[in-house]
Amino acid sequence: MSIDIKMAWRNIWRNPRRSILTISAIAFASLLLVFMLSWQLGSYDTMINSVLKIHTGHLQVQAEGYKDKRSIRLVVPKPTAVSAILDKTPGVAAYTFRANAFSLVSSEERTYGAMVVGIDPAREVNISTLKKVVREGSYLSEEDTNKALVGELLAKNLQVGLGDELVVLGQGRDGSIAATVVKVKGIYSSGLDEFDRSSLHITLKNFQDVYTMHGAVHELVALGKSLEDVPEIKKAVATGIEKMDKKHRLVALDWMELMPGLIQGIKIDLVGGFIFYIILIVVVAFSILNTFLMAIFERKREFGVLMAIGTTPWRLTKLLLIESAIITMVGIVSGIIAGSLVTWYFQVHGIVISGASELMKQFGIPERMYPQLSVLSVSIGSGLVLVITFLTALYPALKVRRLRPVEAMRSV
Amino acid sequence: MNIVECTNVKKIYQQDKLEVRALNDVSLSIKKGDFIAIAGPSGSGKTTLLNIIGGLDVADSGRVLVDGNVLSTMSQTELATLRLRKVGFVFQAYNLILVLSALENVEFVMLLQGVPSSERRERAKAILDDVGLSDMYDRRPAELSGGQQQRVAVARAIVSNPSIVLADEPTANLDSKTGASLLEMMEHMNEKKHVTFIFSTHDKMVMNYAHRLVSLRDGQVVDDQVHER
Repeated sequence: MSIDIKMAWRNIWRNPRRSILTISAIAFASLLLVFMLSWQLGSYDTMINSVLKIHTGHLQVQAEGYKDKRSIRLVVPKPTAVSAILDKTPGVAAYTFRANAFSLVSSEERTYGAMVVGIDPAREVNISTLKKVVREGSYLSEEDTNKALVGELLAKNLQVGLGDELVVLGQGRDGSIAATVVKVKGIYSSGLDEFDRSSLHITLKNFQDVYTMHGAVHELVALGKSLEDVPEIKKAVATGIEKMDKKHRLVALDWMELMPGLIQGIKIDLVGGFIFYIILIVVVAFSILNTFLMAIFERKREFGVLMAIGTTPWRLTKLLLIESAIITMVGIVSGIIAGSLVTWYFQVHGIVISGASELMKQFGIPERMYPQLSVLSVSIGSGLVLVITFLTALYPALKVRRLRPVEAMRSV
Repeated sequence: MNIVECTNVKKIYQQDKLEVRALNDVSLSIKKGDFIAIAGPSGSGKTTLLNIIGGLDVADSGRVLVDGNVLSTMSQTELATLRLRKVGFVFQAYNLILVLSALENVEFVMLLQGVPSSERRERAKAILDDVGLSDMYDRRPAELSGGQQQRVAVARAIVSNPSIVLADEPTANLDSKTGASLLEMMEHMNEKKHVTFIFSTHDKMVMNYAHRLVSLRDGQVVDDQVHER
């Protein structure tokens, strides 16, 4: 070991309490950053998957303009032609058909506006978690006509329970009045309040009859094998549908286009997180600054002697930077190890967030969350701590260059 | 040949609103291989003169030449290099590096000079043997007596083969026996290695050992005697 490193190491332990405190501060910051970043990045995966699996899927094929206008007339007229493209596209795990119509839903007591969604019960199971979130009654089957699944909040508002009748009144695709009576077969609670308050599901076949869809649907909802596959799938599907009927132009939309609010929410959360991380690191940086300013103050005489025997100002700076690097590295490595162990424990066992906030509920975050340890979550925070503590240590390390040997040696 | 030449050197310190003339027009030449004591009462300017010769402090006016280098024209880094290559220091309070052992303290100067590790170790051990500390290589300063620390300081000062060793009251914190033994050792180094020793002192014993005695008073040279050896 070189004398420089030996000196730095021994100097660190001249004041063990202060050094341990500083190392602990760095280690704690690193631990927290590893855990928080793993938590944050892990929660995005959970959030995206939760929302997409109840709502939009990874990708949808719709008529051009349907996303904004939600008009019942903007349809995919030949869903089987699109499904043939999806069947041939690699990376597609499953797909289903949906049709939607805003209608008035009335019970004996009350009337509410709701989105009536026609689903293919068998295919829907592979795409969404709708079946899993049915809390009362049972899920729809192919043969069900005039049966409906109702969101928990909508059922509460309409004051209906299982087996109660609801009158659905809307407008058909051809402009005619669409009206039917359905019985409540199941009540679901997805955790997404907006969804549970304003949706009602019937079978696609029933929907197509009631709303005179003539076999058309509004959406083909697809799920990729992973989120990473989505861009490739979208490209392949877009190429396929471009060659189809020019009169009814179709578009392929990915989850980011379908749920722009989700990405915005993630971005806002990321910014908020990073502001917190920077504050945390700045606090640690002050601890480092304090340690080194104190070290210079206490060891001024020694620095004077070192200069007297021929140590150049740059060499002194180097010695101090080695000390800071050792303190920082010991802190960061301990923090990463401890942080990874803590994160790994919760990655296996999860953390129960009882009473998750309203915002989280909006994004369908389940009560049990799992942080996700990754190279990114381990390295981003530690890298930031390393850079900022190094920059902080530069100030006292450069300040020492201004010392004059005689004045420094005079200090006690 | 003169190794140090001071010509009309002046140094004034500002103490609050008072002006203290530490050196007032001092001119002094020191030959290579001299063993010289600069004596005088406290406040006479001994330490200031030593600091200026060693490039630790800068004269307000006058010219200081050390081994052919004009100090007033040199930067801090150049002065540090001069001190590293040509000047060794021995301080009254020893001033060893507390976190290094005796051997490492001596090695440190050679490390700064870029001497290879194995040679460094060999030379450091040899010089510690010369100053009588052959069994104390690994002791830290806190584990050594005052006399032993000062011996390490002398070893550190001469290990890099400097042209001059500046010793600021080296015996002030030592008992007379230890002081005498240290002076004998330094005289031996002076004879053996032809290193120039310049002491500042008000210790009679040091003055007696010196081959030349320069007396300062109120920042001026008042006497300059060569002792017969």
